[in-house]
Amino acid sequence: MSERWDAVVVGAGHNGLTCAAYLARAGMRVLVVERREMVGGATVTEEHYPGFRYSACSYVVSLLRPWIMRDLELPRHGLQILPLETTFTPFPDGRHLLRDADPERTRRQIEKFSRVDAEIYPEFGQTMAELGRLVKPLIDAPAPDPARLAPARLAEMGTMAKHLLDCGGDWLAGLYKMSTASAVDLLSEWFECEQVIAPMAVSGIIGTFLGVRSPGTAYVLLHHYMGEIDGSFRAWGLARGGTGSVAEALAASARELGAEIRTGAPVERVLLRNGRARGLVLECGEEIAARRVISATDPRRTLLGMVGEEHLDEETVGALSRFRFRGSSGKVNLALDALPEFRALPGDGPHLRGDITIAPDIDTLERAYDDAKRGRYSRTPFMDIVIPSLTDPSVAPPGKHVMSIFVQYAPYHLAEGPEDWVNQREAFGDTVLETLEEYAPGLRDRVLHRQVLTPWDLERTYGLTEGNIFHGELSLEQLAFLRPIPGWSRYRTPVRALWLCASGAHPGGGIMGAPGALCAREILGGLETGP
Amino acid sequence: MPVPGPVHQRLAALCRSFEWKDWAGFCAVRRFDHSLEPEYFALREAASLADVSPLFKYELRGPDAARLLARMTVRDAGRMAEGRVAYTCWCDDEGRVVDDGTMARLARDHFRLTAAEPTFGWLQRLARGLAVEIEDSTAALAALAVQGPASRDVLAGCCDADLASLGFFRVAPAGVGGVAGWVSRTGYTGDLGYEVWVPWADASTAWDAIVEAGRPYGLVPMGLDALDLARIEAGFLLAGVDYFGSRRVVQGFRKSTPYELGLGWMVALDREPFVGQAALRRACENGARWGFVGLEASWVEIEALYESYGLPPSLPAAASRDALPVYLGERQVGKATSHAWSPLLKKRIALASIQAPFHELGTELEIEHTVEFERRRVAATVVPTPFFDPPRKRKP
Repeated sequence: MSERWDAVVVGAGHNGLTCAAYLARAGMRVLVVERREMVGGATVTEEHYPGFRYSACSYVVSLLRPWIMRDLELPRHGLQILPLETTFTPFPDGRHLLRDADPERTRRQIEKFSRVDAEIYPEFGQTMAELGRLVKPLIDAPAPDPARLAPARLAEMGTMAKHLLDCGGDWLAGLYKMSTASAVDLLSEWFECEQVIAPMAVSGIIGTFLGVRSPGTAYVLLHHYMGEIDGSFRAWGLARGGTGSVAEALAASARELGAEIRTGAPVERVLLRNGRARGLVLECGEEIAARRVISATDPRRTLLGMVGEEHLDEETVGALSRFRFRGSSGKVNLALDALPEFRALPGDGPHLRGDITIAPDIDTLERAYDDAKRGRYSRTPFMDIVIPSLTDPSVAPPGKHVMSIFVQYAPYHLAEGPEDWVNQREAFGDTVLETLEEYAPGLRDRVLHRQVLTPWDLERTYGLTEGNIFHGELSLEQLAFLRPIPGWSRYRTPVRALWLCASGAHPGGGIMGAPGALCAREILGGLETGP
Repeated sequence: MPVPGPVHQRLAALCRSFEWKDWAGFCAVRRFDHSLEPEYFALREAASLADVSPLFKYELRGPDAARLLARMTVRDAGRMAEGRVAYTCWCDDEGRVVDDGTMARLARDHFRLTAAEPTFGWLQRLARGLAVEIEDSTAALAALAVQGPASRDVLAGCCDADLASLGFFRVAPAGVGGVAGWVSRTGYTGDLGYEVWVPWADASTAWDAIVEAGRPYGLVPMGLDALDLARIEAGFLLAGVDYFGSRRVVQGFRKSTPYELGLGWMVALDREPFVGQAALRRACENGARWGFVGLEASWVEIEALYESYGLPPSLPAAASRDALPVYLGERQVGKATSHAWSPLLKKRIALASIQAPFHELGTELEIEHTVEFERRRVAATVVPTPFFDPPRKRKP
């Protein structure tokens, strides 16, 4: 143990890399240790079939904070976000809804189903964008903590409260409603027809173990409306080269700033002395000494896994066990010999170059959730699909394609126990393909290779506890000053010199980079970082 | 991407410039040839024909049709006689203008409303409990504008209505080129002119008849660029350019009351409840923060400005919607949202929103003018609108 690092980061996911980069930029000597042979965590591009590059887990980017992109010069390090122009929703009856950036064209599309919905649609988007704008400062800053009385914290609370009050009564009521309503309830206040409500409602359940009629899903809907790319609000895009290029760019930036990254170095535990983190012990036995340990894994894995119950007080252990994961999603990645042909809109076209949503009606979505509640994967799953190769030829050979399918629900806790995912994996993949085949006949024959990731795989391979993609559900009672546990929302943990910097901390999951950057800022005492 | 309008084939055959634009989702011609001037001068000296079909149109039928419009807009539609047309606007509950358009009383229980934005949902919401059917006739009814000093003569040659007795802002059933529809003495050019309303599918027939009847009079098809120039001379505001409809923007400071748009004259406050009434009453009492006025820039100063660069004065032929700041001393007091060189009046004119009290007639302000990429200012005076208002517009 001849050298002592200023900081060692556990996990080279996008938040860990972001945190490391900011700390290195401030002059700290930073080491990142990563279990896998590649960086990225759930932000990875993998090639399992020659020539086809899957964004294995996360597949779209929108919430990556523009100020982080600027600070760490990610475009210079190779990151390019390509636009996703359209949202295509095919229906079983052969009709479809295609929304895009042309408001008149979108209006005509929605008019096929409801004239009044078509008219009010832009106003809904406007209102959500405004709510998102009002909520945005809450994401770009550490969570206010009403339990703390330190003057600096009170001042912060005051600023936040003033900000909310400045919003005005109507907006405050709107925000309050957002935090308690269900996605369907909120959307039903604006829209009348299911073909509009169902595909929009699914944004409220992504990565949660909730149904579209569950309270709290309206907030998750808003979270997804806050997408921002290149400063343009509410835009979703594909990272060129697959989502892994986000991690690659972050790693390149971190290295240039002086951080060191070691892959193939799984961690066994945090090294503790007198209740204080002093470094790490790797699985191979090597000890790494550091002034501070920053975990980019989830709170449970960090505190119960790498530290151990015996070093924590009962209250913390209890709160951690109550912090909910409940992974509910799976992923199917396909290598295709040819494009799919959708019955609802045959042929190639702009509709294949965006988001394809399989969410035919609210009842189907609820039945999908019912299956999950009973410990089964959904027999009528909701799917969010992109074909990145159409916009980004670098991910597949010419004329061939990659299809990325996000599926809900796939509950971690199967009735037979999570280990049974090993037995159910292929059947789950089959169900996904069979469902898709109804919308795009002939798809199965075009599949050259398929990768099926169940919550069990997400946990085993990517370190996502219970397969929850957000390191813990994004439900309101686990957000802001309650994330991950009450009293410990500012990236510190009950163990001194041990920090949390990833999605299990504020402001939560999605490819944001905000937890990583805000944790670094907190460590640096408010210097150097921030929007 | 816009879709073809009802006379698209006629327009496409004539549009040598390939300059189109998207108007409410339809293909509209900006100008047919290299310059808008032949179209503009035909409008002012002879007659012009424009396709204005992309206007949103709604048929309101039923005993409560008048009540619906009285409830929705700032004017009391119930007082309109049959055959009358009224220019109106409608507001939200805070008295901020949502949109402006015309309402025509085609029969006792049949009104036609035009609007710049989709309004079906708005109408439907307000129609609850009223005996009225609402039909969106935007894509069912074509509208062709025949405008200019010879427009009456042109129409007389292809229309069976008694145009001599069709007064200003009146509407009557008529056949044009054998197609049954309506003719109204309305328009967006501030000149003598008519609008022909015929079924979408028969619009080309009506178009052909008008073109044929217009031949002896020098009728020329007109694009939106020339129309824009004319409407600025007429002092007409344009939603989305001179003001934002209150459903289009979120912040209150970006919205406008009718009083701030020079539309206060049309607000009938003391009557049965209508949308925004209480707020409008307050707005009327408090006085407007802004005024929508005409500005006339000093040509002498413009000329001198160019001279100081050793250049002849050069202004674009088309009107512009790139708003220009308007100053009083060092302080910006407003913005000129629509501005142009008027070939008819030989003046540089603008429509502007100016802070009270600097919007009073005769106030001497300054408007920005850029020469050789340098932003300069020239004197501009607040003048009454319309800039152009020929007697022939209203004369029987």
